[in-house]
Amino acid sequence: MGTETYSFLRNFADSWHLLFMFLFLIGVFVWAIRPGSNKVHRDVANSIFRNDDRPAPDSASATKEMQ
Amino acid sequence: MWDYVKLVALGVIALLAAIAANYARDEAYLVNALTVMLAAAATFIWTLRNTGEPKAVAPKNEYFDGVVRAGVIATAFWGVVGFLVGVVVAAQLAFPVLNFEWAQPYLNFGRLRPLHTSAVIFAFGGNALIATAFYVVQRTTAARLWGGNLGWFVFWGWQLIIVLAATSYVFGGSQGKEYAEMPWHVDILITVVWVAFLLAFLGTLWNRKEPHIYVANWFYLSFIVTVAMLHVVNNAALPVSVFGSASVQAYAGVQDAMIQWWYGHNAVGFFLTAGFLGMMYYFVPKQAERPVFSYKLSIIHFWALIFLYIWAGPHHLHYTALPEWASTLGMIFSIMLWMPSWGGMINGLMTLSGAWDKLRTDPVIRMMVIAVGFYGMSTFEGPMMSIKAVNSLSHYTDWTIGHVHSGALGWNGMITFGALYFLVPRLWNRERLYSLSLVSWHFWLATIGIVLYASSMWVTGIMEGLMWREVDANGFLVNAFADTVSAKLPMYVVRMLGGVMFLLGAIIMCYNLWMTVRAQPAKAPVNANNFVPAE
Repeated sequence: MGTETYSFLRNFADSWHLLFMFLFLIGVFVWAIRPGSNKVHRDVANSIFRNDDRPAPDSASATKEMQ
Repeated sequence: MWDYVKLVALGVIALLAAIAANYARDEAYLVNALTVMLAAAATFIWTLRNTGEPKAVAPKNEYFDGVVRAGVIATAFWGVVGFLVGVVVAAQLAFPVLNFEWAQPYLNFGRLRPLHTSAVIFAFGGNALIATAFYVVQRTTAARLWGGNLGWFVFWGWQLIIVLAATSYVFGGSQGKEYAEMPWHVDILITVVWVAFLLAFLGTLWNRKEPHIYVANWFYLSFIVTVAMLHVVNNAALPVSVFGSASVQAYAGVQDAMIQWWYGHNAVGFFLTAGFLGMMYYFVPKQAERPVFSYKLSIIHFWALIFLYIWAGPHHLHYTALPEWASTLGMIFSIMLWMPSWGGMINGLMTLSGAWDKLRTDPVIRMMVIAVGFYGMSTFEGPMMSIKAVNSLSHYTDWTIGHVHSGALGWNGMITFGALYFLVPRLWNRERLYSLSLVSWHFWLATIGIVLYASSMWVTGIMEGLMWREVDANGFLVNAFADTVSAKLPMYVVRMLGGVMFLLGAIIMCYNLWMTVRAQPAKAPVNANNFVPAE
């Protein structure tokens, strides 16, 4: 039982799961550099310059008023 | 009602700790039990005095900065303590007579060494990480820290852990795992506090007003989650007695060694790298007043780093009973780590593109930039040392110690100092730092100190590695171990001087931060409501 479980997990880990992790990582890279992400990324990168002194107000309408 | 629950719980804890102290089987456990008893009693009295008092309602339109201020003070304090103990152990290595006979066995090198490593990593680094994580997650989500006083629980729980671990080492309690020396009862407390830290962080992310989660938070979150996993798995142990600090590891032999260095290297990878990269991705752009060079690169940096780092541990066990394939795997993944590490370094440095003149005028940004530079240098050196051929020379020598310190002093230390210089005027609402020239003094003392430290350790490390492997024409070893020890004395003295300079810089920083708060008036509010107009 113990050896069988080990062999199964070991086999799974260095075949299908390895492939899954590799494809996931590549997928994240592709997702990051996808066309059209520029606008979002520019916005997120600049988010550190907002809300320095206090949390954003609760409702969406209040946010609009502030702007 | 909640106050009464707390009072009962604290009373029970104090009583149980007193019983544990009574039955304690060893000195370290006795001291820990008494410490817990005193801490619970003090908290009991404090809670009792505040019971029935009107509760101040946490203002939802303000950030929870009290705990960040406390964390900044604790970071500076434990930093100086940790560096001081480091200087002491460096002096003991150079001059063994400093292992005083009257202080045996409490203050000998063997007991002070884990005190130094834990103080700088978990007390200085840990407080810096908790404080900045709380500051950054609030600012980047535009939400108040979740969990009410949970932040205070995390802060005070962490200080208690530090005191328990430190006293345990001095009184002889240690489970003998490097960077995980804390005995089993402290490990349990760490788990509780760490889960509270995770909840406070996740709750704030959940309440976020910004649609996207800024990259610094990804690094902080991966640090919190991974450290929790590493800590629980590596510290699986069975106590010999509930009234003693000794325990038996759940794993044996090479499995235990592998799990220890899976923990040990990822403590470097996620505690000292991912967490501090969270600091870099917030404080460098803020101080430079420009967004990060490439947000795409920061995403790739994050995912590549966490996917690769977790496999690098076996390089600590080259040429041991570890299977060859595991050792090779660790080496290959360490070398692949070059890519995300240098990608991240380039991203941090290039954030200054177009603002390089700030390096001349702003010593705080200079501190952050040299931190990123040291990040790049030590993440170049590390993979190189993980190559088996290089490791056969460098392993067990002082080269390793030099490498660790160029990372810890250069990268972790400098980025933390930069963050403290950034935070103190903001947290205490002061116009600016007390003295920029004192920041420059700190910068140069620390930098020259690190250079002295790292270069002396390179020299002595490579020298002793070569002396150990030197054989004569008949194949006999030329040098005895004691020959290498006496040959290393001058380098040990230089290393100690480097440490003294680094410590001196940190003391100057503490004075500067103290005067920033004490010698300057608070900034005048912008108008009657202290209202800051939207930009």
